[in-house]
Amino acid sequence: MSTKLLDHKKIERNVTLLGVLSLVVVAIGGIVEIAPLFWIDSTVEKVEGVRPYTPLEQAGRDIYVREGCYNCHSQMVRPFRDEVERYGPYSLAAESMYDHPFQWGSKRTGPDLARVGGRYSDEWHVQHLKNPQSVVPESIMPRYAFLAQRDLAGYDAKGSLTALSRVGVPYSKEDIEKAAADMILQATPFSDTTDLMKRYPKAQARDFDGDPTRVTEMDAIVAYLQMLGTLVDFESAKPQEQAR
Amino acid sequence: MADGKRIDEATGTSTVGHEWDGIEELDTPMPRWWLYTLYATIVFAIAYCVAYPAWPLVDRATHGVLNWTSRSAHAEEMRTEGARRAPTIAALARIPIERLPEDSKLLDTAVAGGASAFKVHCVQCHGSGAQGFKGYPNLNDDDWLWGGDLKAIEQTLRNGIRQPGNEETRTSMMPAFGRDQILTPAQIEEVVSHVLTLSGREKPSAASRRGAAQFATNCAACHGAGGEGNRTLGAPKLTDAIWLYGGDRESIRQTIHNSRNGVMPAWGSRLDPVTIKMLSAYVHSLGGGEDFVPPAPKPSTAAPSAEAAATAARTKNGKP
Repeated sequence: MSTKLLDHKKIERNVTLLGVLSLVVVAIGGIVEIAPLFWIDSTVEKVEGVRPYTPLEQAGRDIYVREGCYNCHSQMVRPFRDEVERYGPYSLAAESMYDHPFQWGSKRTGPDLARVGGRYSDEWHVQHLKNPQSVVPESIMPRYAFLAQRDLAGYDAKGSLTALSRVGVPYSKEDIEKAAADMILQATPFSDTTDLMKRYPKAQARDFDGDPTRVTEMDAIVAYLQMLGTLVDFESAKPQEQAR
Repeated sequence: MADGKRIDEATGTSTVGHEWDGIEELDTPMPRWWLYTLYATIVFAIAYCVAYPAWPLVDRATHGVLNWTSRSAHAEEMRTEGARRAPTIAALARIPIERLPEDSKLLDTAVAGGASAFKVHCVQCHGSGAQGFKGYPNLNDDDWLWGGDLKAIEQTLRNGIRQPGNEETRTSMMPAFGRDQILTPAQIEEVVSHVLTLSGREKPSAASRRGAAQFATNCAACHGAGGEGNRTLGAPKLTDAIWLYGGDRESIRQTIHNSRNGVMPAWGSRLDPVTIKMLSAYVHSLGGGEDFVPPAPKPSTAAPSAEAAATAARTKNGKP
């Protein structure tokens, strides 16, 4: 036994050898976990239509994270029939490629929200966020009525977009410069959104919270919810998805 | 170095051969069952790596000889289910919605299918029992805003209510009488009094009589002179006890002041026609469904029920 190169006794008595071999073992585990991240760009399949969030949507997203919505809601439709028939086409990796942090989750006290956009009216969302039990009596969701009272003006849209661009979200200089203005513009009815639409295709601009005089956190979160899962056109890509 | 293995006397088991300050270790073999389980898991792991995607490569994992992917498994599951449903779907796609009641078996299927689709798409607003909430109509009663026969329900489902960009959507717009200063607060109060008398909630008063005049000018065009409502415009009946936004004085005042223009999504762009048909059948079956009366009676092609057929036949023959 003692003639073997890696004899148990030899390793246990030689702290350098023990250290080197431990490093090798840990490194293998580390490489297996970390290495794929370096090729993430080639792993995520390209999908038409995915764009970075508008400042208003991003603000809504940050409120979503702040309020801990992810504790009860996932944002990932798994490729199973029961999921697809309830929530819509299964999620693609590319759909969350600009998410920092992603909101996939696996805890579903409430329903999955990956495809909630356009499913309900703004009015429903506002009523439901203010008092969930008024539309779903059996719901245990807390009330978020205060969102309608809080002005969004304090949100640092420019800072948020700058931070995201540093981790790889392709916001242009113009996007970052105009962030604060874009955010207010998107929630202000009857404003000229041509420029916004050009930079953020499929963005929805209107008054979201039923109070056209102010831009509130409610505007932001409803704008975010209403765009979830709406960027990729699954109708043309996978007509069989809706087959029943 | 005590490298010599020896047989421990007390247990009869071999020692591993090393010794630390007089402490030795027994080399007790693992139980057979444990060892075989270990070998089995090793064999399983190797087989799994060969059969299924396992080793990450640069842009994807190894395929595995079975070529399994979660997406193809999902597609296969959908295909199997699609094939199982195909005959029913085809039959439902063929039959005009107003003739569905003639085929009771197909109708039952449609109602069952509609019930599950309702749970996915409709309960959030209309409630799990279709009982509705403030602002979202109860679908169990026989009070319909836009019509309650199968065809009208299907039309509403397909095109939604007040959906911009959809030409066939149900639409109308109640003016915001207070906000847009069409009526003064005092006048609104009078109209509220009149509206409350229509359903017998209040006795006629001087105020309600003044309100009646305002009602005739501003409201009767849509709601009817007696408040009987108008389904073409989705104007609710004001003479009954069913109130979408509340029937107390404050709610009605709010309604007249700000107006109410409820919306519903146009499901035609999100659901396939057969699902919409099934949903229509389900909603129709809830209790308030009305018989479809064909606009131009042709008993041979459009007669959903014996009663309607008889009505149509009478109309055609001109006999009672």
